[in-house]
Formats: sequence, structure tokens, C-alpha cells
Amino acid sequence: MNATTALGTHGEPLVNYRLIKAHLTAGAIALSISMIAGFLYALQYVGYYPLGHDNWMLTPGHMRFLHTNMAAYGWLVNGFTAMLYYVVPRLTGKKVLSDKLGELIFWVWQLILALALFGYLTDKAQAIEWGETPTGFRPGTWELNYVPVDLLVVIGAVLVIVQFMTPIYHARDQKFYVTLWYFTTGLVWLALTYLMGNIMPEWMLPGAAGAATTGLFIHDLVGLYVTPMGWGMMYFFVPLILKKPIWSHSLSVIGFWALAFFYPLGGVHHFLISPIPDYVEFGAITTTIAIEVVVTTVVVNFFMTLRSKWSALRTSMAIRWFYVGAVFYFITCLQCAFQVTWMFQKVIHFTDWVVGHAHLIMFGVFTFWLFGVIDWLWPRVCRREWYSNTLRGWQFWMWSVGVLIMFFDLMIAGLVHGYMQRDLNDWSDILRMSEPFWWVRAFSGVMILIGLFCQLYNMYMTAKAGAAYQEDKHYVPANAD
Amino acid sequence: MERFYTLVFIGGVGCFAIAFLLSMIFPWMSLESFHGMDYHTLEQLAEKPSVEFVQLEQRFPAAFKEHYGEVSPASYAKALQRGRDVYVGQACWHCHSQYVRVVSNEHVRWGPPSSAQEYQNALNQPHLWGTRRVGPDLAREGGKKSNDWHIAHFINPKSVVPHSVMPPYPFYFDEKGVPNEDGFALITYLQWLGTVQAGIPVAERVTP
Repeated sequence: MNATTALGTHGEPLVNYRLIKAHLTAGAIALSISMIAGFLYALQYVGYYPLGHDNWMLTPGHMRFLHTNMAAYGWLVNGFTAMLYYVVPRLTGKKVLSDKLGELIFWVWQLILALALFGYLTDKAQAIEWGETPTGFRPGTWELNYVPVDLLVVIGAVLVIVQFMTPIYHARDQKFYVTLWYFTTGLVWLALTYLMGNIMPEWMLPGAAGAATTGLFIHDLVGLYVTPMGWGMMYFFVPLILKKPIWSHSLSVIGFWALAFFYPLGGVHHFLISPIPDYVEFGAITTTIAIEVVVTTVVVNFFMTLRSKWSALRTSMAIRWFYVGAVFYFITCLQCAFQVTWMFQKVIHFTDWVVGHAHLIMFGVFTFWLFGVIDWLWPRVCRREWYSNTLRGWQFWMWSVGVLIMFFDLMIAGLVHGYMQRDLNDWSDILRMSEPFWWVRAFSGVMILIGLFCQLYNMYMTAKAGAAYQEDKHYVPANAD
Repeated sequence: MERFYTLVFIGGVGCFAIAFLLSMIFPWMSLESFHGMDYHTLEQLAEKPSVEFVQLEQRFPAAFKEHYGEVSPASYAKALQRGRDVYVGQACWHCHSQYVRVVSNEHVRWGPPSSAQEYQNALNQPHLWGTRRVGPDLAREGGKKSNDWHIAHFINPKSVVPHSVMPPYPFYFDEKGVPNEDGFALITYLQWLGTVQAGIPVAERVTP
């Protein structure tokens, strides 16, 4: 099968590049909104209010809603959907259910983002972290006060599931590659997770039981949607670009079942040493440490695959994004195994440490992997070569260094805050000690923004004025090294 | 193992269900059934309007009458709910946590550690525990500061806490510092926090 023009049994093209392009573009725009909002939020920590502070719609709190939700629902969902349009038809040999449905999904999803964005600015957010999409109802009542965005997300998610589960279902007699395992279960999990997280704490469970559920929701959203999509994507693109099979299929299968079993069990670790019963917390701590083992199998598998192809790190930008992301991934997950213990929690919970951790996983890992996919896909989607290799380099270095600076800065800031809090320092002193770290964070934010604008400009110019596309140029030579 | 149905029903639904049972149904059962905790509706919480709510009426009679009428359980309930809505909508809960842990000397700084019963009510559905403390914890905030302190602090936090990084919220007050509907609600809600627990608020031993 030719890598660029996959054909079905009757010679029809399998992949709809128009939808991929649309989703990647929308994802890049959402990422920009998220990054700009995040940067404004960072500036407000050091006392600058570029938007003024007399407007109730443009407050820092609203910027935070935009930052996190546009990153999750705007950037990652659009990016992963684009990636699914490329990968699923290739692995199953079948088209997705319908191109018309694809356009519907695209517009429903952008409508959700626009409505959520306006809802956040007008105080309509729901009190569920990472699930702030407005319910549309006045809390505790059935009176509508806004568009029920939650309901639209459920509809959007169901449409996505129908769209991609259909080809997977029709290919059920074939032997599934591990990527399809992740996508199949990931799509099931997506629906269950979103329903659980947005319905149960809001309508059924108050207080501590609700906290256990929202903890599970935050965790499952990352662990059961973002992670399966990210790993599945890596298992597909790494062997494709390196032109060699994954090192160990058995290890990838162990990784899959261990993820499925252990990952969702760790949910409560977002609220440790809290009124949630201790036995539930201990269960979450133990399984979270077990996840580190799972992650190690996956990371080992990726790096053993790269063995004897190290030069691909130089010759292929996508591989570089993937593997730097994989290193970051290992760091984040190793950190996770420690920070989940009570010993760490009593110091680092509620501090910037957690913020640094979240930034590395969202922007250092899954964003890097998606950038790798964009680097690979965008020339194929546009049928043009990248406009500027220099800009690709700048994007890579700005993001890598920026994210690392932010990570270490916030980690140290978290320790300072945590110990000062424990030692009963005056709260104002904690803020004064944190301020230099917040300046460094704002600086790293500038680097990330520069990297982002390099990418946006490069994507735009590639689509508009890139040189004609050459198929062979993009492959790593079979016998490199 | 790689059958479609295995993946969907064992990997997808099955593993999710196990986690759902262990991290949601179990704590829910052990909190509600075994400890027999009562759930309080908004009406039950608002049966006795707080001292601070009465003080707001005495301090700003005209504005209070315009937005909330008389001090009554109904107007108190309205202010509490609206205050919570503003607190949620403005993402206050992303910089202020609402639970006191048993570690890191938090009982010294803020008061008794939180218990599950405190959160079994309509104003904690969904809970507002938060995961970050840029500002202090607010679980024991009710009654610690006067209404006037809160008004000055909302209009310009730096005027009372010089190194505060909290953004100003002047739009909940007019130019003379008289609260509007949201301003009354927000202060009423803050003064309610922690009052569910008997013996709260406690005198502060450390400046928060």
C-alpha cells in the first residue's frame, strides 16, 4: 500500500485529506487561543493586566478556563480527530462512515468551542476542572441560562465514535495492530468518561463522593482518551517513518492491557489527604505507581525501535518531536510515581509543582507528538513541501527549551511554596518568594509563543506557497547508520 | 485477545467499570450509607441568615432592599446560590482551595481539618475543593474578616494585602463601594464558608 495514496479494494481513495486539513487548522487556531490566554494569565500573576481589570469578562480566571479547555477540547481533540482520519482507514482498509458526517462533526465541534469560549467569558462555566464546558442550566435547577454545551459535546463525541468505530467494526475479522486496540477502547472510554464526569458530580453526588468522581474524570480524560490516542498514534507513525517494525509486539500488548486495567484506578490521586476515605486513596496511590511500570514498557519499546536508526533524529523532524516527547513523557510519569505518595503530596499539593507537571504532560508530551504528526501530515495534506526548514527548527527549539524551563521553574517554585506553607510563613511572603519564578514562567511563555507563531506562519506559507511535494524526500533511508 | 468485542467490552467497558466501582461507588457507599451522612438542601442551609448577611443589610439598606429585599431565609438562599455561581464563573476556585488537610500545619493556619460531612450539601454540588492555592484556603473563611474588609479587598486587594496578586474585582461595587447584586452575593457566600462545621470560625493564630 502506498503511504500517501491509500486505496480501498475498489481502487477508491480511503483518506479524506480535506477533513484532515480542516481539523488541523482548527486545532492550530485553538492552540493559539489557549497559548495566548495562558500567557495573559501568566502576566497577571506578575501584576500586568494587558486587558485592564475593569471588565468582568476578561478576568484572569476566565483566561485560565480558555487556556486549559482550548488546549484539551480545541487543540487535542481536533488534532487527534485529524490523526484518526489518516490512520484508521489505513489500518482497517475501509473508509470512515461518511464524509458528510465528517463535515458535520467538524462544524459541531467548532460550534462547541465557540459556545464554550463565550460561555467562559460570561461566567457560565461548570465547576468541574477540565470539564468546565457550560451545562447550560442554572445550578441545581432545570432552568436554561445558556446553550447546553455539555449536551453538544456528548453529541459530538457520539458522532466521532460512530464515524470511526464503523470502519473498525467492519474490519473486525482482521488481526488488529496495537494502534487499533488503543483507538477502539479509547473511543469507548471517551464517551463513558465524559458522561460520568459531567453528569454525576453535577446532578447526583455532592461533596467528597463528587470529588472522587471529578478526580476520576480529570484522570480518565488524560489517561483514557489522550493517552490511548497518543500511544496509538506513536505506534503507527514511528514504525511508518522509521520503516521498521516496532521492537516488541508483546510488550506493546502488555502495555495496552496494563493501561486499560491500572490507569483508570488512579483517579482519586487528584485529591489526596482529603475527606475521601483513605482506603480509596491508598488504592489510587498503589495503582498510580503501577502505571509507571506500564509507561516504562512503552518508552522502552519506542527507544528499542529507534535503535540502529538514531540518525533519524537528525533527518526526520517528526521523529525528533516524537522522541523528545517520549523523554518528557518518561520524566513526567516518573515524577508522577513519586508525587502521588503522601510524603510528596503534603508538600507539593496546591503548589506550582502540579502546574509544572500538567504543562509538561500536555504541552511537552502530547503536543509534541501531535506536532510530529503535523510535521509529517501537513506536506501530504497540502501536497507541498514545508515552506521553511529554519522555521521548523526554531519551532522545535523554542518549544523544547521553553517547556523545559517552565517545567523546572514551576517544580522549584512548588517546593518553595510547599515548604513555606508547611513552615507557617506569612502568605504574603510565599507570594513574594514565588514572584521571580512567575517571571521566569512568563519568559518561557514568550519562547513557547514564538515557537507557536513560527509554526502557524510556516503552516500558512506552506499551504499557500510551498514547493511542489516530492514523495521520496520524506523517508528516512532504509539503511541509515 | 485482539478481537473487536474483547477490546470494546473487556478493555473499554470492563476496565472502566472496575475503576468506576472502586473509585466512585465505593467511596460514595462508605460515605453515605455507612456513615449515614445527611444531605442539606439550599433551603436547609439558609434557614438562619448569617450575622454578616444582616450586617450587609444594615450597612447598605437602600442597595440591599433593591437587590434582596428583606433579610429572610429566601433572600439568604438567593444570595448564597448567586454568590456560589459568581465564585464558579469567575474561577475563584482555581486559585483558592476549599479543604483543610491534616498535614503541613494546615490546622494551625486555617482551623480544623475538613470532614466529609461538611460537604454534603447543595452548595458543594459539585464540590469546589480546587487543586491550587495561589491565595489562601477558604474552607474556614466565614466570619474571619468583616464585610468592609472584603469590599475593600475586592475593589483593590493590594489596599489591604500589599503583596496580593489577586486581580481587582471593582465591577461588583459602585464608585462609593456599595455592592451590587453580585457583590452582596459574593460576600454572603464567602461569609458562609466553613460555617456548616460546629465551632467554626476559629480565631486565627497565623496571618493567612
